[in-house]
Amino acid sequence: MATLSESGSRGVVAAAGVAVSDWAVSPDPAGAASEAARIGFPVAAKLCGPQIAHKTERGLVRLGLSGVAEVEAAGAELLAAAAPEDGDVELLVSTMVRGNRELIAGLVRDESFGPCVMLGIGGVLAEAVADVAFRLAPLDRSDASDLIGSLRTQALLGAFRGEPAVDREALADTLCALGSLAHDQTIGSVDLNPLIISDGRPVAVDALVELADRT
Amino acid sequence: MSVDLTPLFEPRGVIVAGVSSHPGKFGFVTLHNILTCGFEGPVFAIGREAGTVLNQPVLTSVDDVPAEAADLLVICTPVSANEQILVSAAARGVKAVFVAAGGYSESGPEGVAAEVRLASLADELGLVLAGPNGQGVVSTPVDLCAQIVAPWPPRGRIGVASQSGNLVSAFLNMAEQTGIGVSRSVSAGNAASTGLVDYLEWLADDDETDVALCYIEGLPDGRDFFERVRQVSAQMPVVVIKGGATSGGQRAAASHTGSLASDDRVFTGMARQAGLLRAPTIETAFDAAATFATQPLPQGDNVVVLTTAGGWGVIAADAVTAHPDLTLATLSDNLFDSMDEMLPPRWSRNNPVDLAGGETRETIPDLLHLVAGHPDVDAIIQLGLGIQGNTAALTRHGPFYPDHGLERIVDFHDRQEHLYATAAAEASAANSKPILVASELATARPDNPLVTAVRGSGRLCYNSADRAVAALGHVVRYAAWRRART
Repeated sequence: MATLSESGSRGVVAAAGVAVSDWAVSPDPAGAASEAARIGFPVAAKLCGPQIAHKTERGLVRLGLSGVAEVEAAGAELLAAAAPEDGDVELLVSTMVRGNRELIAGLVRDESFGPCVMLGIGGVLAEAVADVAFRLAPLDRSDASDLIGSLRTQALLGAFRGEPAVDREALADTLCALGSLAHDQTIGSVDLNPLIISDGRPVAVDALVELADRT
Repeated sequence: MSVDLTPLFEPRGVIVAGVSSHPGKFGFVTLHNILTCGFEGPVFAIGREAGTVLNQPVLTSVDDVPAEAADLLVICTPVSANEQILVSAAARGVKAVFVAAGGYSESGPEGVAAEVRLASLADELGLVLAGPNGQGVVSTPVDLCAQIVAPWPPRGRIGVASQSGNLVSAFLNMAEQTGIGVSRSVSAGNAASTGLVDYLEWLADDDETDVALCYIEGLPDGRDFFERVRQVSAQMPVVVIKGGATSGGQRAAASHTGSLASDDRVFTGMARQAGLLRAPTIETAFDAAATFATQPLPQGDNVVVLTTAGGWGVIAADAVTAHPDLTLATLSDNLFDSMDEMLPPRWSRNNPVDLAGGETRETIPDLLHLVAGHPDVDAIIQLGLGIQGNTAALTRHGPFYPDHGLERIVDFHDRQEHLYATAAAEASAANSKPILVASELATARPDNPLVTAVRGSGRLCYNSADRAVAALGHVVRYAAWRRART
């Protein structure tokens, strides 16, 4: 299934109202470094293109880069790692978002029920915890807050390891924004993974928009 | 769009097609059940051979039925005969057809084609088509039992719509057991034309129905169901039990009704969003529906547990506390002060309100009225009753009765149980708050005077505190859902 690049995906969800980490793209390492300096260190750097999925598995993500030289070096390595089948690629830099908690959220299209917003507990234990809930899109505020309340792991949404409780209004904004994308029939699905809880507020640090099958 | 199912549930007269003299055949049984349960309109039997069955003349063609005499036709004939029967029935003024006969989409590709033809023919003729491959329809307000099986429930306020006839039977049997009756029931069968949500929409507008009880196996168009059923929920509560929640159940559902399975977590979310009350078991689903049918909707989630003795109250407090939709009420000092005047000093002074066996004749009724009338309280679960009636039963059948003063005490015990059940129903009605009485005697000793008195008050005697808490949870959740949307 065709996808938008991370940059394109970020653009789509940000326009809908999802909070995403600051980002910029550049075709070359020097440009990436100057964008990084503009948005502020530390940054993450990734190889970005519409054909590229599974960035982490392929080692196409560099985290915690703290200066121009590091970004330039990482950028050169990432471009060198691009394979011919990756097609057109560029470098994406984004601010490092700090937070101990990760959620996942998305928009999926169920064969019977149509577009649904998904929310779940993210992070390395996500699959084992398997704490995921759905609502049919679009969502109103009460649907969104009920969705948040449906997660079993509510303790993770309260104050946690020195961080404030999750701002449920801000999270509801994110979920409603995802739900509003259901009307766009060109969008097959949206994946925000992870959605880092930073100072209580959810911030998407990666986004993937799959385009709807046009068959 | 909403379909007028009045001719299905309140027909002027009924035609049964496929009647033979063999008492084991569905046509015979359906005719028998209609005649036996007291339907007052004209009933016409159609069979291959003229004669009489069950003292009823058998006509050999639907064409012989007087025009406009019947608007429901129940079909127990084989697939090959049914299209012609539909045409004839429409010409006689029939408005609705229940096809009990099988041999349609459940039986293979030819059946699928026959079902499509049947549905489009019914549509052309302007007939409501229920089934095929369904168990039948029950409508207690008009004493109609047009089913191929027996259960004939007491009249009541629960409307049953199901994708499995067996589940209809289960609910009707539970209605009979508990005394909490049913208004209408229908098994959708293959739902060639009339689907679950069509029934639910009609039941929502039905003056005889206060709550729907529904078994869902699969939804051909989940989005359409969702958009329509959330409107139904705004009018009346819809209790749902969903089959195929696991991969094992989904495989079973696929072979049963050919249902396609969605991710159960999507169904769960849809159900919450639409205000559906999803119950995990047949028993809890019926309990929930019976509660909606017999108790007022609460204003909030604050629950008080009243008990005559400790252990029951502790278990119930655990269940209330663990329930995501309920709160074990924190009670004000002014309520405690009022209770102090009614109870011995050792009473719990807490919620659960544990009377510690300190009650006199009027304590429990007085307490029920006091607590139900207090603004801290939205609902009450009453436990620990039936003890006196149980003691009385052993005494009455023992060797010493009626001497030694036993006759008098047995009468007293029985009267007290009656007083408690009546007080619970009255305090509930007077304050518009649910009061649920629970005791295992509901099934262990259904002749216990508490159990019969609760039943006599028109309410359900819950089998355990846990089941009362689960049922109350649905009612509280639904009330909150309604408040959030109005």
